[in-house]
Amino acid sequence: MFSNLDLQKLVFGRLTLEAIPYHEPILLITFAAVAVGGLAVLGALTYFRLWGYLWREWLTSVDHKKIGIMYVILALVMLMRGFADALMMRAQQAMAFGPEEGYLPPHHYDQIFTAHGVIMIFFVAMPLVTGLMNFVVPLQIGARDVAFPFLNNFSFWMTVSGALTVMLSLFVGEFARTGWLAYPPLSGPAGSPGVGVDYYIWSLQIAGIGTLLSGINLIATIVKMRAPGMGMMKMPIFTWTALCTNILIVAAFPILTAVLVLLSLDRYVGTHFFSNDLGGNPMMYVNLIWIWGHPEVYILILPAFGVFSEIVSTFSSKRLFGYASMVYATVVITILSYLVWLHHFFTMGSGASVNSFFGITTMIISIPTGAKIFNWLFTMYRGRIRFEVPMLWTVGFMVTFVIGGMTGVLLAVPPADFVLHNSLFLIAHFHNVIIGGVLFGMLAGITYWFPKAFGYKLDPFWGKMSFWFWLTGFWVAFMPLYVLGLMGVTRRLNHFDDPSLQIWFVIAAFGAVLILFGILSFIMTLVVSFVKREELRDVTGDPWGGRTLEWSTSSPPPDYNFAFTPMVHDGDAWWDMKRRGYSRPLKGFRPIHMPSNTGTGVILGMISIVFSFAMIWYIWWLAAATFVAMLVVTIAHTFNYNRDFYIPAEAVVGAENKRTKMLAGHV
Amino acid sequence: MSLRPFGLLRGFALIPLAALLSGCNLVVMQPAGDIALRQRDLILVSTGLMLLIIIPVIALTFLFAWRYRQSNTDAPYDPDWHHSTQLEVVIWAAPLVIIIALGAITWISTHTLDPFRPLSRIDSSRPLPEGVKPLTVEVVALDWKWLFFYPEQGIATVNELAAPVDRPISFKITSSSIMNSFYIPALAGQIYAMPGMETQLHAVINKAGTYEGFSANYSGSGFSRMNFRFLGVSNTEFDAWVAKAKSEGKALSRQDYLALEKPSEREPVRYFSAVDNGLYTSILNMCAVPGKMCMNEMMHIDAMGGAGKDSHENRERLEYDNRHAVAGDEAQAATAPASGRPARSEVKPEGVTSGGPEPSRGHESHGDHATPGMKHDGPAPVQLNQ
Repeated sequence: MFSNLDLQKLVFGRLTLEAIPYHEPILLITFAAVAVGGLAVLGALTYFRLWGYLWREWLTSVDHKKIGIMYVILALVMLMRGFADALMMRAQQAMAFGPEEGYLPPHHYDQIFTAHGVIMIFFVAMPLVTGLMNFVVPLQIGARDVAFPFLNNFSFWMTVSGALTVMLSLFVGEFARTGWLAYPPLSGPAGSPGVGVDYYIWSLQIAGIGTLLSGINLIATIVKMRAPGMGMMKMPIFTWTALCTNILIVAAFPILTAVLVLLSLDRYVGTHFFSNDLGGNPMMYVNLIWIWGHPEVYILILPAFGVFSEIVSTFSSKRLFGYASMVYATVVITILSYLVWLHHFFTMGSGASVNSFFGITTMIISIPTGAKIFNWLFTMYRGRIRFEVPMLWTVGFMVTFVIGGMTGVLLAVPPADFVLHNSLFLIAHFHNVIIGGVLFGMLAGITYWFPKAFGYKLDPFWGKMSFWFWLTGFWVAFMPLYVLGLMGVTRRLNHFDDPSLQIWFVIAAFGAVLILFGILSFIMTLVVSFVKREELRDVTGDPWGGRTLEWSTSSPPPDYNFAFTPMVHDGDAWWDMKRRGYSRPLKGFRPIHMPSNTGTGVILGMISIVFSFAMIWYIWWLAAATFVAMLVVTIAHTFNYNRDFYIPAEAVVGAENKRTKMLAGHV
Repeated sequence: MSLRPFGLLRGFALIPLAALLSGCNLVVMQPAGDIALRQRDLILVSTGLMLLIIIPVIALTFLFAWRYRQSNTDAPYDPDWHHSTQLEVVIWAAPLVIIIALGAITWISTHTLDPFRPLSRIDSSRPLPEGVKPLTVEVVALDWKWLFFYPEQGIATVNELAAPVDRPISFKITSSSIMNSFYIPALAGQIYAMPGMETQLHAVINKAGTYEGFSANYSGSGFSRMNFRFLGVSNTEFDAWVAKAKSEGKALSRQDYLALEKPSEREPVRYFSAVDNGLYTSILNMCAVPGKMCMNEMMHIDAMGGAGKDSHENRERLEYDNRHAVAGDEAQAATAPASGRPARSEVKPEGVTSGGPEPSRGHESHGDHATPGMKHDGPAPVQLNQ
């Protein structure tokens, strides 16, 4: 075909036209839709002359609020992709019985379940959690931004790069067929030659850098930037859970990075860390990945616990019950989460004493978690509960999550795990805690803080529709999987022989459709609320009768968050201020020192996509060039002395007067 | 350990489960082997214990949500009530008590039901009589079928396993290339099958019947059809089954094994009347391919102080993972471009057969997937990872 194949290899590595799946109708349609949608968006941006605005106000922004919002947008976009994968899997499993093979051949199906897991954990749950922490934490502690504003922007763009790398595998080449944790030897060079696992490795490595740096950033912010008077035991619970989560991130993500580096060395330079032969051992990988993987579960759930704590106390109009025990419970969970990883592989042949040690440590985690549930319960006790949408999510969570917790403790009993491990019972369990816990928490949090971010509440009708569809959809989709697990059905199968199982899969697929309606209703919520934004406008800055500092400023907050740094005298600082008849200062404003925007984060993120693409396809010259480019941009950024500016006092006065007028108009 | 004291709890847990699930084959809940039965009991006891706390929590959630709703102004409202030492003690102590009970059960049952531990009873009413020798079966997970060696009987089978009822079975389990999990839900819990390593499982089947066995750990393209039949039979039927294997099957030589080991799915049941000496041991030590050095040999050399500078001469003889690539077979989870198929084509991976009529896919134009530069019937191109 080519007269000089070597030159082609030199220029394109192992990339050829065959790598583009132009013969695959599902992908062709997806690609067409993405292309048309993308072009429409680009066209609209150009038509309405929004490029400059987008670049100046959003992409290069170092404002923690905007970065938080962008994280959530990224997560919602990736949720569509991850959920499309879920629907495809549910459809395949509902169809493929006996002679019918379904519509997905094994190597396509295997990529879908791998991509579903990777995307939902790394590019939906993580950005939701990080986004919410980014937006809320500085406001809750009375700070004007995070400790390292540029680092925050850079972290976000690294996460975007990872997500885009995964998306790239849809249209150029293929994704891994190994399951979301890529166990060797299957993921090694012998089991998985080709680009799939390399896409997996590089997308996670790049996104992992972002996550780690954002963890460091938020720890520094929480430790160093709390408003005067806010001692550790006066921090809002969400900030506490954010602190613990970020400590977990900083302690756990380097392990993921290291284990993926070792796997890359096996794949790229022929080392034998995890091979079967020459002294390698796949069991090391399984241990290492779960030493990261189990804390990761708590990285996701702790902030959700924080969200529920804020919501339950706000909507019960009552102080949180057992603040101190809530804090201790969070800290105990943080520590214990490092002592349980082996429960993911009791069946790998450890001795009985090792297995029971890890089983019992796992059960111990349920004690602080149980205490938390009771604390929320007794916060509701003798409260005045307003069942607005965030509170509905909270009650839905409490009822759903305890079932997931129970099946989790059941799986922690090693002999029970021997019969349930890798079965659909396990799948039902972790979706029960991740959907019923993390996702409900994040959707509750988005609904709760949305008025703070955009200045108007979300439409309650569509919010309720979304809640009820999600809740019933979850139960209908996953209860059948519990049953199937007890029928001995294992995970990741693309075909079944026993026709009596089919009805359960059909029910599960129906549940997935209900969840689809939940997602569509959520999108409707956003659209309808935008249309009705004047009606739903929040002029007070405190639409729910809030208790913490973020509700003391305007909605949306000014760039500088607080004109004067608040003084904190109580755990529920804003509640306390309101009770004592706080009056907003109207004069004495001074210029405010703020960080400047910078495009370096976007540029580095985009270069790193090209770098990982070059590494994946063995285009060595491009990899070297982009690596050097990243170094050059990084070094050049250190010579950027234009890093900060002052918002002049007049501008602050202007903004604050506007708020004064708005508050007066409201009253 | 006796679970008798928890009989009541077990009954308690059974009521909702039984009501919900009557009418489908819950093999994990109705197993036919003593080990699986004890694991089932453990599930029920643990669930019962936890429901002691879960049910009140759910009930209280609904109760409080209803009673303290905003419109119910009769209910007391106490906005500053946020601490009660007595309540805190209960909140922490109640789960603690449950977990102490569950932890004790866990410690004892994990030791008694350790898959590596030889059996001490046939079922709840019959202890193991003196001098009963367990039936030894050596299990090898191959790319997408199961090979069973019966060292005492001198036979081997593919995708069919048989054992006499009420006779303890001692499984020794390994894999040829990818991590799998050996699982017969009716018999006992699963254990991983890993290359170069041996795991064990001790179990006994108490009821005659035909049961499902499969791999419970994803292992690549043909994983979904990696099933086998497990026959629980009487002693005489077992002898007849062995005799049938001896008369119907041919011998399994090392060469036959190497052909069998190549990736394939939906392998029919096969019997082998005799097995090359030491074949299982050489599979376990990753030296079934002629000319390779066995792992135990290398470990012996290392234990004696190592071969020093001469070690590199053994290197090629110790390479194992590359044997499919060298033979030109497609890897278990290959992706483009190394798979030799264009990205996301519907061409099935090598070794994954499509039995029966080709299901309609609705677009005929992609019929034979003739893509320039790609051969589908031949071996995959040289692995592009090197």
